[in-house]
Amino acid sequence: MNQAVQAAPAAKRKPKETGVPDNTKYLHPTLLKNYGNWRYHDRPRPGVLHHVAHSGDEVWSVRAGTQRQMDVHTIRKLCDIADNFAEGRVRFTIRSNIEYIVTDEKKVAPLIAELEKSGFPVGGTGNSITMIAHTQGWLHCDIPGTDASGVVKALMDELYDEFRREEMPNRVHLSTSCCEINCGGQADLAVIVQHTKPPVINHDMVANVCERPTVVARCPVAAIRPAMVNGKPSLEIDETKCMCCGACYPPCPPMQINDPEFSKLAIWVGGKNSNARGKPTFMKMVAAGLPNNPPRWPEVGAVVKNILTVYKEDARPWERLADWIDRIGWPRFFEKTGLPFTKYLIDDWRGSRYNLNASAHIRF
Amino acid sequence: MAKKMHDTPNLDQLESGPWPSFVTGLKHLAEDKDYMVDLLGQLEESYKTKKGYWKGGTVGVFGYGGGVIPRFTELKNEDGTPKFPDAAEFHTLRIMPPPGMHYDTDTLRKFCDIWEEHGSGLIAFHGQSGDIMFQGATTENVQKSFDEINEMGFDLGGAGPAVRTSMSCVGAARCEQSCYNEAQAHRAVLNTFLDDIHRPSLPYKLKFKFSGCPNDCMNAIQRSDIAVIGTWRDNIRTDEELAKKWFAKHGMDELVNDVVARCPTKAFQVKELSKIKAGEHTSTVAVNDTHGIEISNQDCVRCMHCVNVMTGALAPGKDKGATVLVGGKSHLKIGGLMGTVVFPFIKLDTEEEVANLVDFSERHIDFFAENALEHERSGEMIERIGLSNYLDAMEIEVDPAMVNSPRMNPYVRTDGWEDEVAKINAKKQAA
Ligand code: HEM
Ligand code: SF4
Ligand code: SF4
Ligand code: SF4
Ligand code: SF4
Repeated sequence: MNQAVQAAPAAKRKPKETGVPDNTKYLHPTLLKNYGNWRYHDRPRPGVLHHVAHSGDEVWSVRAGTQRQMDVHTIRKLCDIADNFAEGRVRFTIRSNIEYIVTDEKKVAPLIAELEKSGFPVGGTGNSITMIAHTQGWLHCDIPGTDASGVVKALMDELYDEFRREEMPNRVHLSTSCCEINCGGQADLAVIVQHTKPPVINHDMVANVCERPTVVARCPVAAIRPAMVNGKPSLEIDETKCMCCGACYPPCPPMQINDPEFSKLAIWVGGKNSNARGKPTFMKMVAAGLPNNPPRWPEVGAVVKNILTVYKEDARPWERLADWIDRIGWPRFFEKTGLPFTKYLIDDWRGSRYNLNASAHIRF
Repeated sequence: MAKKMHDTPNLDQLESGPWPSFVTGLKHLAEDKDYMVDLLGQLEESYKTKKGYWKGGTVGVFGYGGGVIPRFTELKNEDGTPKFPDAAEFHTLRIMPPPGMHYDTDTLRKFCDIWEEHGSGLIAFHGQSGDIMFQGATTENVQKSFDEINEMGFDLGGAGPAVRTSMSCVGAARCEQSCYNEAQAHRAVLNTFLDDIHRPSLPYKLKFKFSGCPNDCMNAIQRSDIAVIGTWRDNIRTDEELAKKWFAKHGMDELVNDVVARCPTKAFQVKELSKIKAGEHTSTVAVNDTHGIEISNQDCVRCMHCVNVMTGALAPGKDKGATVLVGGKSHLKIGGLMGTVVFPFIKLDTEEEVANLVDFSERHIDFFAENALEHERSGEMIERIGLSNYLDAMEIEVDPAMVNSPRMNPYVRTDGWEDEVAKINAKKQAA
């Protein structure tokens, strides 16, 4: 094909800067009718929310898990189900679950049967372990230390029953992140890459691809300095300062932080997004040094399952992971989970003194 | 029919197990697309070597400076040619979702047709910022697919140092806790900044998120520069029919242990009916013939816990609006920050009130654009200059609801104290 003809300026279409689309035409008709006028909801079974409006209208929302990265065939299958049962409307939750809304209670059971027959587990409501918020990984990011969708698939296979039940003390939100930037976000429990060695600099590349002042400025501990290496402008790292966060890697790909052996995985717990009971909390690192072991990351799965099993047995109703640890205390958390409390878990970053125990409050 | 599949012994292991498998989906696409055969080839290589093989670059659509995430393979043969040539370019289009992520199947099917024709056929619902991520197109096909998606009424989202795609919760569409029209606020704010979304030129990224109540289903406080969290000022509403129904099912142990004991400010009490006192700031409701609930609304911090547990029996009040927090972000570079309250309460009922939020957002972005250092988020900027200076610049009055406690050190010059007191008194008198 003649490229020049195709690229003629006249062929260039100006974008329509329409922004965020109006959602009213996508809303299920009963949701539109009762917009802003809902009275209460209950959960007749796991995976189903039953909402009642002030008008007396009722809807049942059936929630099912998806793989998030979906091929068009999967999406079309989900659409067929919506056309058959739910007036051609769906919505997605923040955790990539799909929801179907029906106004006839009699449709709930056949809809669930159809979803499960098609391979989409119904659940993820209330006090279940819902789908993991995940990132790009090897499939699409340019800086990942591990995969995202694969870790999620492996973990959700393990947590499948808890997705389909509502037997946890309170809801459990998980996330995974394939580098320390943590696109997956705060969660009750998160699996995040934790590098253990400073970047290995590819000096041949630095001069060509990096703006050195930008890279120097990016380091949280000022460990990077401009330097001449083999007569060419490059960078050097003060390895006594570097804490291996990988922040220098996105602006400067020669700062090779990813390592098949030394890029490990860490587990964090106790992030809470909501304001319910206590204020929102950030998660805390409780385990590190786990091997990056595709395709199923069994060592990570074992630690995650262990923590969640202990939490399930020990926490009281409505305690999120953070609330539970608040009650039992960190020493007992480490005791009950059998996780070693190492010196690396003592915070020494900004504001860290507020994380130290400045009292005689000790549980025995 | 596509070319022969590469062996993928690692990825094959992600096809077993009960959870839906993205690998099965990728393989299904690879039946007709050489593109996906090679994508699987490269992904398998990553699984083998534990290394990523994509690098960025510059690819965009005509008229915009961002919104496409370019990906070129770095997995090369010795002669520099790509090992998996059919998947050498695998760019993503970030497309902004409608508020609440509602769709009709016509729309989804059209997305599928467009992406099957021009792209990989792989779509993620949704990215962590909320975008519909159309993953995998060649440089040539990015423009074609965008043109068709754009004609459907969908637009590119943000990437780079730009206003980013936003999310709002299901809220008013189906949630009894909703305290404002999330979709309206979401669209009014975001659609004001289309230039800042499409042509990245800020010091760094800037994110808005909209949650209809303090349950904050969008995780707005922890991860957005401007978080709009629904709340209410008046008393918690009660519904005796539903309160009695709840109690009949759950009983006194649960009421005491799961609700009373978990109210963070002890605003929630259970009492014998004869001892319950009504009052201007008190919500009361009977749960049976002998006992009832008494909530001191002036002590209640609108945490949502009791309202969540006893949905319908208790409900947010009628004088609804939102709390606005500024400065939330993840680790880079100074560590995670949560947003800080800058408006304890704003109304969002009328278009004019929503316009006030838009106006604040514009002023914030102007200030951010002028004052943030390169690669500095709003929260870091505020930490560097101090909240008071930010409030001064934004002409927002200080309020004790903005702090956990007053200052705990003496290191401050207070020679303007009398002036500040005089200003506060003058305002009180004028009111
Ligand atoms: C260098 C390459 C990067 C890539 C490829 C990347 C990729 C992504 C993607 C695909 C998403 C989801 C976006 C969406 O929903 O449309 C995301 C979200 C996110 N990214 Fe990145 N990211 C990069 C760098 C960064 C950096 C440098 C930071 C932090 C400073 C960061 C922090 C985040 C956070 C916190 C989210 C979650 C967004 C939210 O919750 O609103 N990312 N990233
Ligand atoms: S967590 Fe890191 S590696 Fe993963 S998608 Fe985000 S930026 Fe990329
Ligand atoms: S890895 Fe982090 S600490 Fe180490 S040099 Fe890079 S930016 Fe600095
Ligand atoms: S944030 Fe509040 S209003 Fe919005 S969906 Fe969640 S519970 Fe409902
Ligand atoms: S909403 Fe108010 S009364 Fe209810 S538990 Fe929270 S602080 Fe207590």
